[in-house]
Amino acid sequence: METLEQIKSRIEAAVPGARLEVIPNDSPAKQASLLVDPTCALDVARFLRDDPQLQLDYASNVTGVDWLDTAVKEKVKVKKVVDGAEKEVEETVEKKRPGYLEAVYHLYSIALKHGPVVLRQRTENRTDKTHLASLTPVYRGAEFQEREAYDLYGLIFDGHPDLRRILMWDGFKDFPMRKDYVEPDDYEYEPTPHDDVLEKATRHYAPEVKI
Amino acid sequence: MASSGEASVSMDEGLRNELSKQGVFTVKLQDLYNWGRKSSVWPLQFGLACCAIEMIATTMSRYDLARFGAEVFRPSPRQADLMIVAGTVTKKMAPQVVRLFNQMPEPKYVIAMGACAISGGPFKQGYNVLKGIDRYLPVDVHIPGCPPRPEALIEAFMTLQRKIDAQPLVGPDRPRYLDPNAPAEFPVPEYGEHDLEPSYNPEVWQPPKLVRAG
Repeated sequence: METLEQIKSRIEAAVPGARLEVIPNDSPAKQASLLVDPTCALDVARFLRDDPQLQLDYASNVTGVDWLDTAVKEKVKVKKVVDGAEKEVEETVEKKRPGYLEAVYHLYSIALKHGPVVLRQRTENRTDKTHLASLTPVYRGAEFQEREAYDLYGLIFDGHPDLRRILMWDGFKDFPMRKDYVEPDDYEYEPTPHDDVLEKATRHYAPEVKI
Repeated sequence: MASSGEASVSMDEGLRNELSKQGVFTVKLQDLYNWGRKSSVWPLQFGLACCAIEMIATTMSRYDLARFGAEVFRPSPRQADLMIVAGTVTKKMAPQVVRLFNQMPEPKYVIAMGACAISGGPFKQGYNVLKGIDRYLPVDVHIPGCPPRPEALIEAFMTLQRKIDAQPLVGPDRPRYLDPNAPAEFPVPEYGEHDLEPSYNPEVWQPPKLVRAG
């Protein structure tokens, strides 16, 4: 299979106005992924499926990721006057990165026996702008998995034929897999609590009687 | 013939032995009634998770629950006496389990089978699993295990049979179904915005008050 960079340049040639970015992966897996803008995600997916060299006809997995607001440290080279002479000095700058949600698609080709190509879509923020493009019109098998991502992360897939909760009940308001989810406090009875469970269980302990 | 377990109306033991040698068996109505009930307990045919596989194994030829009169698993709650809660009860499933129990006719019994059904088991700290069906239903026998072996289910079944055998027909200790003031139905929890409402039925279950050292 081609490298992700080659695929990226071919998509850019085939899909006009496609905004793509290769996200590197520093872990031992080195599995880089392709960040797609939601406005063109459906066209990109259609290209990946129909292109004769790729034929990525199978979306094996759709999942969500929750990225909280974080501070990112970056090393920036700054020109400074040190001891009367101008020098380049490395400085670490802390930048605040606002949080966002991601939907990740793993695409394989059954016909050509290769893959995966990892596709990502990113929302603008974690609160109100959580809309993404649904890839269900291209990959029929993504329907239930996108519903699951909606159910647990609150990702809203525009263009999905039937976007409802799939695991939790309809009246449920929370999104349990988000990192700031507060679970219901039913820790009244924990026989052997430890760690963070101990902390939650202690709230239910009867106040100590002092004489 | 006495209908209660009172000693004042019971028969002389020697006379009873003498009569039984002649082929005349005397028995209290309560014992006869309970013997009939305990020998033909029909469980409800439903399983929730992997414990149900062990429950099925218990009914098949190797462990053979039929020896205890419980081989008829009924697919309708209207015909069942015993609910074996075999597996993880998710919060989404809990109202249906309580509703099925309400649809069973009295006298009815509950066995909570396995770690999940008695406490939530390995999923206890999850947001979506009920921490034991005894929060909503009056459980008669709890079986620990993940999953419990068929022998454990048979032991629980025999425990239930002993319990049925000892139930008096009159008096303050009589079972729920003979007491007109006792609840026949148990409130079905509602799906709330964050959790089931209520999160447990205080008439059936209250968190135990543990004394903590330190």
